Amino acid sequence: MSGTQYKNLMPHDLQREAIKGLLKRTGIPKDKLEYVVIGTVIQEGKTSNIAREAALGAGISDKTPAHTVTQACISSNQAMTTGFNMIASGQMDTVVAGGVDFMSDVPIRFNRKMRSLMLQMNKTKSTMGMLGHAAKVIGSPVRYLSPELPAIAEFSTDEVMGHSADRLAAAFGISRLAQDEYATRSHTLAKKATEEGKLSDVLEYKVPGVAEPVTSDNGIRITPMEKMAKMRAAFVKPHGTITAANSSFLSDGASAVLLMEEKKAKAMGLKPKAYLRNYTYMSQEPKDQLLLGPAYTTPTVLEKAGLTLNDIDVVEYHEAFAGQILANLAAMESDYFAQKHMNRPGKVGAPSMDKFNLWGGSLSIGHPFGATGCRLVTTCANRLKAEDGTYALLAACAAGGIGHAMIMERHPDY
Amino acid sequence: MNTLSKELMEEFEEVFNEIQRNKAVKGAVLISSKPGSFVAGADIDMLKNAGGEAETTELSKNGQNLFNALEKSKKPFVAAINGVALGGGLELTLACQYRIATTDKSTNLGVPEVMLGLLPGAGGTQRLPHLVGVASALDMALTGKMIKPKKAKKMGLVHHLVEPLGIFLALFYPFLHKIYINFPQTITIPKVISYLLKFGAFEKNFFNKMIKGKVMKQTNGLFPAPLLIADVIREGVINGAEAGYKAEAEGFGKLSQTNESKSLIGLYDGQTHCKKNRFGNPAKPANSNLIIIIRNIAVLGAGLMGAGIVQVSIDKGYNVVLKDSFSPGLARGQEQIYKGFNTASKKKKMTTFERDAIMAKLDATLSYDALRNADMVIEAVFEDIDIKHKVVKETEAVIPEHCIFASNTSALPIGDIAKASKRPEKVIGMHYFSPVDKMQLLEIITTDTTSKDTVASAVQVGLKQGKLVIVVKDGPGFYTTRLLAPTLSEVIRMLQEGVGPQKIDKLATSFGFPVGIATLLDEVGIDVAVHVSEYLGGVFGERFAGGNVQVLKDLVARRKTGKGVYMYSDAKSKNRPVNDTATQIFKSFELEPVEAVSSDSDIQLRLISRFVNEAVMSLQEGILDNPLEGDIGAVFGLGFPPHLGGPFRYVDLHGAAPLVENMRRFEAAYGAAFTPCPLLLEHAKDSSKKFHS
Repeated sequence: MSGTQYKNLMPHDLQREAIKGLLKRTGIPKDKLEYVVIGTVIQEGKTSNIAREAALGAGISDKTPAHTVTQACISSNQAMTTGFNMIASGQMDTVVAGGVDFMSDVPIRFNRKMRSLMLQMNKTKSTMGMLGHAAKVIGSPVRYLSPELPAIAEFSTDEVMGHSADRLAAAFGISRLAQDEYATRSHTLAKKATEEGKLSDVLEYKVPGVAEPVTSDNGIRITPMEKMAKMRAAFVKPHGTITAANSSFLSDGASAVLLMEEKKAKAMGLKPKAYLRNYTYMSQEPKDQLLLGPAYTTPTVLEKAGLTLNDIDVVEYHEAFAGQILANLAAMESDYFAQKHMNRPGKVGAPSMDKFNLWGGSLSIGHPFGATGCRLVTTCANRLKAEDGTYALLAACAAGGIGHAMIMERHPDY
Repeated sequence: MNTLSKELMEEFEEVFNEIQRNKAVKGAVLISSKPGSFVAGADIDMLKNAGGEAETTELSKNGQNLFNALEKSKKPFVAAINGVALGGGLELTLACQYRIATTDKSTNLGVPEVMLGLLPGAGGTQRLPHLVGVASALDMALTGKMIKPKKAKKMGLVHHLVEPLGIFLALFYPFLHKIYINFPQTITIPKVISYLLKFGAFEKNFFNKMIKGKVMKQTNGLFPAPLLIADVIREGVINGAEAGYKAEAEGFGKLSQTNESKSLIGLYDGQTHCKKNRFGNPAKPANSNLIIIIRNIAVLGAGLMGAGIVQVSIDKGYNVVLKDSFSPGLARGQEQIYKGFNTASKKKKMTTFERDAIMAKLDATLSYDALRNADMVIEAVFEDIDIKHKVVKETEAVIPEHCIFASNTSALPIGDIAKASKRPEKVIGMHYFSPVDKMQLLEIITTDTTSKDTVASAVQVGLKQGKLVIVVKDGPGFYTTRLLAPTLSEVIRMLQEGVGPQKIDKLATSFGFPVGIATLLDEVGIDVAVHVSEYLGGVFGERFAGGNVQVLKDLVARRKTGKGVYMYSDAKSKNRPVNDTATQIFKSFELEPVEAVSSDSDIQLRLISRFVNEAVMSLQEGILDNPLEGDIGAVFGLGFPPHLGGPFRYVDLHGAAPLVENMRRFEAAYGAAFTPCPLLLEHAKDSSKKFHS
C-alpha cells in the first residue's frame, strides 16, 4: 500500500531489489544475463529508462543492455512477451523481465503556463525581465502555481477508470452486494494464502531507515460486510456501486522473472517452473469497453493454444475492480454480448470460480500497475505446482481499452 | 421519434388510471425504449388537424388536465430521460414527481413551441417558473433553446443526472428502474426574481420593459408568440395557477390560428421534407454488381467554400481529400477546418481527442493522385467556365469510373460545365451557401443527363452533411441565385432613387429579413453581384431590369478593402457608416423616384414582390419540383422572412390577389420587371387555389 514503509524510496530502488532477489533465488551468474526489459506506468523523470538504472544497481553487468516498456496495467506482461519474442527469434538467450510502479511519490509538475514561463526565464538576461516574469506569477498565483497531477483519466475520453468501471458494472447489472462479496473473497483468500505460506514469490526487503524488514503485503484486510455496505460511492456519486473497499488500492511494488529456453536452462543447471505457451493482445474502444479485455482475450488465447476452459487448471485474472471482474465474467456468459460485440455465435463461457484467483488478487495483494503482470505469472506457476495442475490461464485489462491473456504450462520437473 | 399523439395520450391516461387503481404498484418510471429520444413533443399533425381556436384551446386543456392529475398523483412518477425531451415531452416530465436525465450527448431539454409560433400549452408556462425561476423560464420559453443535462441539473430542471451506459443499454434496463426509484431527492433553488415580483413596480418594469422590450427588439414585433408567452407566464406568477392555466390554454388556441404559426409549422414540414431523400437509395449500376456507397470525398479548391465543405464532411465519417493548386491556399484551408473543430473542443462540444480523430480523416494535397479512390469529387474552384472545364478534364483523368463530379457553383449552368465531361450522367451541381458550416441549405442541381443514381447519391451525401437539401433543375441561376438577382436589381434602383442604404436595410429587417438587403449586397460580394446581374440580366431580359449594373461596376472599380456600400473598419460596429464613394456613385446615377410607389411599405413590397414572383415562375417553369422546397430554399438560403414561411406560404396565407394588385401599380411605374407571372395570376383569379395543400 502506498505511503507506508516504502514512502522514502524511489521507484528504481524497488525494481533493483526485485532483480537482486531473482538473481539470488535462481543463482544465475550476473554476467550471464543478456538483456533486461522492465515495464512501468507512472514514470519518474530522473530514471526514464528505469530498466537500466535498476539493472546497474542490482549489479548486473554494465555490458547487459536494458529497455523500459509501458502499456498501462499490463506493462510487465509486455516486458515478458518482449523477452519471449527475443528468445523465440533467437536474438537473446537469457532475459530478465519485470515491472515496477511506485505511487508513494508521483511526478507532480508545474502547470504548462508556469513551465513555459520558466523556460522563457532561461533566455531572459536582464533583471527587469526577470522581475517582469515574477510579477506575472505574483499577479495571478493560482493560474501559475496550481500544479498538474499525473493523468488519472483516460486521455482519449477524459473519463476516470473508476467511473468507467462503475458504468460497466451497472450495464451488466452487477450489484453493490455482489461486488462487496467478491472483494471480501479476494481479501479472505489472500489472507489464507499468506498465512499458509503459499505466497512464496514475495521477497523480504530491509528498507533503509525502516526498522522492521517488509515481509508481506500490508493491504490485505477483511472488512465486515456491514462496514463495506456503508462505504460511499467513490466515482459515480451518489448511486454508484464502486467504492474504495471493492477497488484495487494504490500500491508500491516491483516484480521480476527470468526467461530462457528450456534447453538453455538445463545447460545452466537451472530448474524451470513453467512454460509460457501462448499470448495475445487485443484492444477495444476505450469508452464503454475500457475494462473488458479479459472477456475478449480469454477465448482467443485458448483457441490459439488449442485448449478449452476445461483444460485449464489455474485461472488468474487481474482484479482492477470487483465490479470489473464480475462484469467480465457476465460478458462471457452472455449470448447477447458474444453476438453483438465479439462476433461469435454464442457465449464463450466464464471460468469456474473453483479455479479462479484462489490466492487473492490485485484487490487484496495490491496492484502496483507495472508490476502486476509478473506477479500473475509467478502466482500461476506456483499454483500449478500447489494444485497439481497442467495449464494456467491469466488475463488482464489495461487503460486504453487493451486486453491481454496468456497460457502457461507447468514444467514437468517442477 | 416518440411524439405525443392523440392515441398515445389516451393510452397513457388508461395506464395512469390503472396505476392509481392497482395497489401492488408503488410508483412508476416513464422511460423510452428508443435510444436518443424520450419524447420529442406533441404530434404536429394532431395540432394541424385540431381545427379552430376553440378546439385547439380544448386540446391544450385536455393536456393540462392529464398532467395536473399526474402532478397530484400520490404514487411517485419518475421521468427517466435519455435523448430529447422537448415541448410536450418536457411538459410531461415537469408534471412528474422526479426527473432524472442521462448526460448523453443526445439528451436535450427544452420548450421550442415558440419556434412554431406557439406556446408550451400543457402546463409548461406555469410549472417552469416554479421549478427554475421566472427568469430562466422566460429564457427557455421565449428562445426555445435546448438545455444540456448538466445545465438542467444546475438550474433545477432535473433532480439528478446519470451517466449513460453507452452500447450496453439493452442489458441495463432492468437495473435502471432500481436506481431511478431509489434515488429521487427534492430540490429547491433560490428564486430572487419570483420574490421581487411581489412588488408591483418591479413587476411592471420587469415584464413590460425588460422582457417585452427585449422581445420587440429581437423580433421587430413580427412574431406574436413570444409576447403572448411573456403574458401567460406573468399571469400565472402574479394571479396564480388557475388564471395561469386558463391563459395558457386560451393563448395556445389563439396562437394556433395565426398566420405566423401556420408559416412556421409549414417551415417545419418543409425541413422534415428536405431531410429525406426523395430519390431513394442509389441503385446498382446496370453494368456492375456493386452498390456504390460514397465513402471517399475529394474537394477541389481550399477557399472558404471548399474548406467549409470539408468541415461538414470529415466529422460525418467521410474520408476527405482537400486538393488545391497552391501551398499557401491549402494551408489556409486546413487552418480554417482545424479552427472550426478546435473551437468546438474549446466549447466542450467535443474532446480534443475527438477533434484529432476527425482531423485524421483529412488528406490535404497539391496532387491529383489522391483522387484515385474518390467516390465523389466536389469542385469549389474559381467561378470561370474555362477553369471549370480544365478541372473537369484533369479530374476525370484520375478518378474511377463510378465517381460523381459535383460542382459548387452559384450561377454557372451545370449543363455547360458538363460539356467538358466524358461522363455527363455523373455530373451534378451542389450549391452550398457561405459559411458552409453555419448555413443549413444545400441546393442540388440536376441536368437532363444527370442519372437518378447520381442525384440519389448527392442527396445522400448532403443529408449526411446535415444539410436541408432541395433538388432543382438546371437553368440560369438555378433557383436561389435566380431569386436573388431581381431583388438586388431593385435595391440598386432604390439606391439610385436616393433611398439610403441604411433605410433600405431598416425596411428589410423590419419586414423580417435577418440581414438588410443593402448589407446583403456587400455580403454576396459586389463583383459576384455584377457577374450574376449581367449574366442573368442577359438571359432573362427586361424582367431582371431595375437599377443600372454600371453602378455596381463603378463600385467594384473604385472599391478598396473594407469598403463596399458600407465601410467595414470596425468588424462589429452596429451603425456602420455608408461608404462616401458609394454615395457619390449612387448620386452620379441618380433617378427620379416615382412618388406613388415610394412609401415605406411600397419599398418593402417592391423587394418582396419581385422575389416572390420569380419563385412562382421557377415553379411554373419546372425548375422547382415543389413549393415546399421553394419555401425552404428561400428561407434557409436567402433569408426570406421566416414568419412569412417562404414565398409560396406567403402567397397562400396573404393572398395572391392583393399581391398582384400591388404589382400592377409597380408595373405601371417601372414596367415589365413587375409583371406577375401566369401562375401567380391564376392564383389571384381563383382564391381557392393554394400552393400548399
